Amino acid sequence: MSDPGSIQVHVNGKEREVRSGLSVHQLVESFDLNPQLIVVELNREILTRDRFKDIQVAEGDTVELVHFVGGG
Amino acid sequence: MGTSEVAVGSAVDPGIDGPLRIADQEFDSRLFVGTGKYPDNETMVEAIRASGTAMVTVAVRRVDLDRTQSEGILFHLDPEEFFLLPNTAGCYTAEDAIRYARLARAAGFNEWLKLEVIGDETTLVPDTQATLEAAQTLVAEGFNVMAYTNDDLVTALRLEDAGCVAVMPLASPIGSGLGIVNPYFIREIKRRCEVPIIVDAGVGTASDACVAMEQGVDGVLMNTAIATADDPVAMAHAMRLATRSGRLAYLAGRMEAREIGIPSSPTRGMLD
Repeated sequence: MSDPGSIQVHVNGKEREVRSGLSVHQLVESFDLNPQLIVVELNREILTRDRFKDIQVAEGDTVELVHFVGGG
Repeated sequence: MGTSEVAVGSAVDPGIDGPLRIADQEFDSRLFVGTGKYPDNETMVEAIRASGTAMVTVAVRRVDLDRTQSEGILFHLDPEEFFLLPNTAGCYTAEDAIRYARLARAAGFNEWLKLEVIGDETTLVPDTQATLEAAQTLVAEGFNVMAYTNDDLVTALRLEDAGCVAVMPLASPIGSGLGIVNPYFIREIKRRCEVPIIVDAGVGTASDACVAMEQGVDGVLMNTAIATADDPVAMAHAMRLATRSGRLAYLAGRMEAREIGIPSSPTRGMLD
């Protein structure tokens, strides 16, 4: 029985319950991340940062939050 | 006595080497370094500074959302100080490499990419056909592609034809530390391609970097040799010197090797 005010989204490979009506920007901030340093892929589409505030996360969405790490 | 007033080995540069130019960028150093596998971030930054490098590679990965502290490398490495070269490490298909490349570009720093498509899990040698396919797509999308590849001449020429801004043949497998296993083909790739050739992967210690540069290539890229040394900062210094040393030795033009001894001192004028 899920909370009617929340939705299920797939974030970085894991099912997560988040508040419904969240923008991508708010979703990124909800994980304590700086949207300026994160790249977002929503349902396999890369979102430019200027769209983060305009796009809402919907039930069943697949989101990838990506950044740079050490590598060779 | 005992105190030397003369600077031993003063760093007078012979001035025969210019900057390395790749696409529209000039680099003062011919050493490129990775940012993975360091014992901690402070050591990484100190080693990168000690290496004198102008360009560092970074990888694209998911944020680990279960950690409280972000592991993002940009918290430690200032992109104003170092030119970032994102890689597609870990990708096994052209499609994946293209996806990672686009994500890297969306980070908003530059259009540069170290393209890497792995073909074999044991040796990590590249899938050259998939690398070529991905290179063609990414060049068309405006990326400056520096392509990691095998020490294979034909693939190197095809990557150049595809519009890669640099071709990066391996010295030996990634992380192996085996040094250059095929110097002849590294030289041949350098002789036949017009774009810069950067030896990428396999360097184990300073002599390997020096030998790589002595083949006439334009630069060398390494990660594990510095990051996993007992003292990464000291090894980064060593690699800086070795890369420079090998480059200068190449430009200086080495003596002919002969399998016979030839005296350095006059044979005439010996006493009876």
